[in-house]
Amino acid sequence: MTTAAPLTTTPVSKAETKKLSAAATAKAKLSSPWASLAAVVLAVIWTIPTFGLLITSFRTTEDIRRTGWWTTFTNPLFTLDNYKAVLDPEQAGANLPDSFLNSLVMTIPSVLIPLCLASLAAYAFAWMNFPGKNFLFIAIFALQIVPLQVTLLPLLQLFVSWDIDGTFWTVWLSHSTFALPLAIYLLHNFIKEVPSSLIEAARIDGAGHVSIFFRVLLPLLTPALAAFGIFQFLWVWNDLLVSLTFAGSPAISPLTVQLSNLTGTRGTAWYLLSAGAFVSIIVPVTVFLLLQRYFVRGLLAGSVKG
Amino acid sequence: MFTTATTTSQKILQMGAAILLFAAVIGLILFIAGRFTGKRDRAVAALYLAPTVLMLSVGLLYPGLRTIYQSFFDASLKNFIGFDNYVTILSDSEQLTVLRNTAFWVLVTPFVATGVGLLYAILVDKARMESFAKALIFLPMSISFVAAGVIWKFMYEYRPNQGTVKQIGFVNQIIVWLGGEPQQLLIDSPLNTFLLIAVMVWIQAGFAMTVLSAAIKAIPDDIVEAARLDGVGPWGMFRFVTLPAIRPAVIVVVTTIAIGTLKVFDIVQTMTGGRFDTSVIANEFYSQTFRSDNRGLGAALAVVLFILVIPIVVYNIRQLRRSEA
Repeated sequence: MTTAAPLTTTPVSKAETKKLSAAATAKAKLSSPWASLAAVVLAVIWTIPTFGLLITSFRTTEDIRRTGWWTTFTNPLFTLDNYKAVLDPEQAGANLPDSFLNSLVMTIPSVLIPLCLASLAAYAFAWMNFPGKNFLFIAIFALQIVPLQVTLLPLLQLFVSWDIDGTFWTVWLSHSTFALPLAIYLLHNFIKEVPSSLIEAARIDGAGHVSIFFRVLLPLLTPALAAFGIFQFLWVWNDLLVSLTFAGSPAISPLTVQLSNLTGTRGTAWYLLSAGAFVSIIVPVTVFLLLQRYFVRGLLAGSVKG
Repeated sequence: MFTTATTTSQKILQMGAAILLFAAVIGLILFIAGRFTGKRDRAVAALYLAPTVLMLSVGLLYPGLRTIYQSFFDASLKNFIGFDNYVTILSDSEQLTVLRNTAFWVLVTPFVATGVGLLYAILVDKARMESFAKALIFLPMSISFVAAGVIWKFMYEYRPNQGTVKQIGFVNQIIVWLGGEPQQLLIDSPLNTFLLIAVMVWIQAGFAMTVLSAAIKAIPDDIVEAARLDGVGPWGMFRFVTLPAIRPAVIVVVTTIAIGTLKVFDIVQTMTGGRFDTSVIANEFYSQTFRSDNRGLGAALAVVLFILVIPIVVYNIRQLRRSEA
């Protein structure tokens, strides 16, 4: 994260001219040194904020209060004390280890449940005939645009009347529900592309809907499931609004809520905030770096969510 | 099992129980579906769709309609007051500031983020280490808005300009290096709203770049080649070849970011809490509903949010239809 990529433009030799894309041609003729410089400048601007806070999280409390992180390079002094402090509930005034667990407990079912339900529904829409199919599909598609805000208060009132307010069930149920329209839409697009000859062949062999789904479709669906799974994982892990509404109490609140509270109560304690921010970032960034390819595929499949 | 879990083992057990319960439901559905042999689609489809339809009706449809209904009631949701909440949103000076800020967000974020994303996608296209260069811009996408808020609040941090006090926020340090006075950046309105918008641009540019980069790479080589043989220059290439070819992708990106921006809540909540005239509709909804207990007004704000999303989505679908036709 520290250095910007040494970007060079593709040299425009005669042999290579043919392979250049429209954009590359435009860029190459925009005089390449300037283009490279612009790319590096953008990359640096985009990296500095995160980098600055990362450095800060390893500096001593005293240094953080007195000087900017950029002075560290002339006077390096690093420590892990900030991480120790922020992970210690007594010192931080917020229980980050607990909320880390809460984030995990919230996220895992909130990814698995909509994935399974959406696969079943998408299969029904793609490969079955029943009255009202098109209407129902369009109705579900349209629900994608409902902002979560519209649902929160009535949902909270429902959860209270069911006596499950303040439990993880509220978060699992609401996140699973909110994910369904987009998940069904994406998986349906994917399932539709499976050649019907495959399905027909399995039918002739006497396979029912259940075995067709498991033996024929599921192996083919894995990339799409992975793409949506990662998408949903990051979305739930990074969510603040739903958690704040349903799981604001300290016992079950996730990292985002605790970190957000910390900015309110300890707004100038940068030794805590910097380390806390990176504790909350570590899981999504790891997931992102390891599974970037799937994540990008999920994005390209089109996403209007929330 | 349905009570608040407090200890670590309780939490993990409850999660396990939830997953098992859910697996049992799915198992039951599949078991019953398996007993229908032949082409009895109707029964199987009903089984497969039942959980989805139930959850969407109870979890999205009913609450949505109920919020619309509640938006015509007063703070306690007991007395019907007609359109008064909507009148408040359109006339109260605080609410007008909220609307103005929301307009700033929606008008600025999508275009700047898309512009930066497109520029960067073109600059690094086919460059060495392209994927690494892209990852740098894309990384903010994986960070929560809360963490992004913390990162940028630190960038904007202010120290008074006196004696030996040094700046610790990078933006103010740059101002000082350039010979200016350090500013309380997050307090001056309306500048502070634009500084919050910068955070959203920082996050969304990666999304724009990824989608547009894929669109650029999908332009057929022969079109590019034909244009080159016709002697089209670099700007002409961008204007008459690249841009028309990626137009549908640009529209999807701009509208997607615009919808995401309308709903932005976390950034404002984390960085200013909506103070100093920085509130936007999504944040005001939360404050009114859950902090001020002004539930009717909160409901009306949520409905306004919904109404504002609709034209953007309709425009998006129309453009997509046109490009497919």
